[in-house]
Amino acid sequence: MNSMSSGWQARAIQIGFVAALFLLWDFAGERKLINAILLPAPRAVFWKFIALAQTSALYTHLLVTLMELVLGFLIAAAAGLSLGYFIGRSRYGTIVFEPLLAGVFAVPIVIFLPIFLLFFGIGPSSKIAFGATYAFFPIVLNTIGGISQVDDRYVRVARAMGADDVQMFRRVLLPAALPVIVTGLRIGCIIGFLSIIGSEMIAGIDGLGSQIVRLGEAMNTAEMFAYILFVIFFAILLNTGLSHLQARFAIPGDGR
Amino acid sequence: MSVAIEPAITAAPPSGLWRRLASDALFARIAVIIFVLLLWEIAGHTVFDRDFISPPSAIIAALPRVLSDPNILWALSVTFYELVVAFFLALVGGLLIGIPVGLHGFTTRSALPLILLAYSIPQVTILPLFVLWFGVESASKIAFGVSHGIFPVILNVIAGAQTVEAAHLTAARSMGATRFQILRRVILPHMTPSLFAGLRLGMAATLLGVLLAELYVSTGGIGYYTKLYSESFDPPAMFALVTCLALMAVILNETVRRAEKRASFWRTQGDGPQSPR
Repeated sequence: MNSMSSGWQARAIQIGFVAALFLLWDFAGERKLINAILLPAPRAVFWKFIALAQTSALYTHLLVTLMELVLGFLIAAAAGLSLGYFIGRSRYGTIVFEPLLAGVFAVPIVIFLPIFLLFFGIGPSSKIAFGATYAFFPIVLNTIGGISQVDDRYVRVARAMGADDVQMFRRVLLPAALPVIVTGLRIGCIIGFLSIIGSEMIAGIDGLGSQIVRLGEAMNTAEMFAYILFVIFFAILLNTGLSHLQARFAIPGDGR
Repeated sequence: MSVAIEPAITAAPPSGLWRRLASDALFARIAVIIFVLLLWEIAGHTVFDRDFISPPSAIIAALPRVLSDPNILWALSVTFYELVVAFFLALVGGLLIGIPVGLHGFTTRSALPLILLAYSIPQVTILPLFVLWFGVESASKIAFGVSHGIFPVILNVIAGAQTVEAAHLTAARSMGATRFQILRRVILPHMTPSLFAGLRLGMAATLLGVLLAELYVSTGGIGYYTKLYSESFDPPAMFALVTCLALMAVILNETVRRAEKRASFWRTQGDGPQSPR
């Protein structure tokens, strides 16, 4: 197969599709085929976005959401890493606790959000707690997975050469498990961010999520789209940034 | 492959209960659950404010009261209906998009990046748009659930369709199989394991989407009642309702997981194709 030319064609189809979608959207917006409240024209969204970037409102809300993300992630990372380490270093502990944690994670935690709101109120603390809970599970599960999958031979060799617990952790377990653990941290951070946005939407005063909802309820869709665009950009930025970070910890030639 | 870092137990031989805890994993797991519930029960009576957190016994006591309310039963059944419809639509849509995209190298190369691009958009940010477009009734919950559930299905169907061997397709075609027969007898059986893996992930995602939308805005659905109970400081009822929802989620997840096990029993473990991400 002539893969060179078909690769070029595939790229052309992708660009063409996205461009056609945008043109159609713009055309529909300009000709007022769709109610601007339901779908504002791309140009209107673009100018709102530019205007928004010059005011401080965007950054105030971004700061609130970021603060919630950082605190929630730190709590989740501290709890997930330590618990995951203690569970994962014992084979029996892994057998007992891993299915329990995986089982709880299989339930969509979003149904417990009303409990978080009741307990922590509608301020930032309920978002921090909710984001931390969601981020905790990928972190703890990956830490358990990473630690328990360290090649048995490394552990035995280190033991035979007289490594103590600290040396075992520092020199054997941590380096060998790090790629898997870092993957868990990345997934936890992304899930934490999205769940914080989601909980802000359902009940919140400040933050990007509640701002999107407030604008939607005020039928100010052009500005709402600008906010949504901003959150999407931010999420993609977060994801690519963390992926690059993760790539630095990957085992060379591992391919994962 | 797992590591036993702890030295074998050499200290004084433990007594019966401890030995059982240290050797019988299932027993230990149940013990952990009971321990957590007990801790919760005790904390519920001492540390926590009864207006905000209720102990397990109060939740169980509130279950009959909550479940005897016809409005609650209606709300639960509406949520169940939304979940089933959304999951079914995600399955059908995933197959309709995934098979044509995955079967040919060229369609995969051109369409897969577009699908991944759409998948990388955090859908929770566009939840208000779904309400704007589909209204506050069931339609918006179903649509939001489909938007979550369809991507894992599409990606796994693509991965499954890619594993269909060209030789099998050629053989079927040369023996005069029609397009439908090829689909029914060659392509679908080939991608069963990966399809069901996608369905399992799709079910989890559908649950998330539908419940998120339900909590976001609801007129007489589950979201309405959780809000009502928490605002009227009736935590036992709210915890009972959340328990019902959790049970519904577990049952749906488990159904799909069992179906996956049944459908792929003839495959050796670890043979199933991975999602292309």
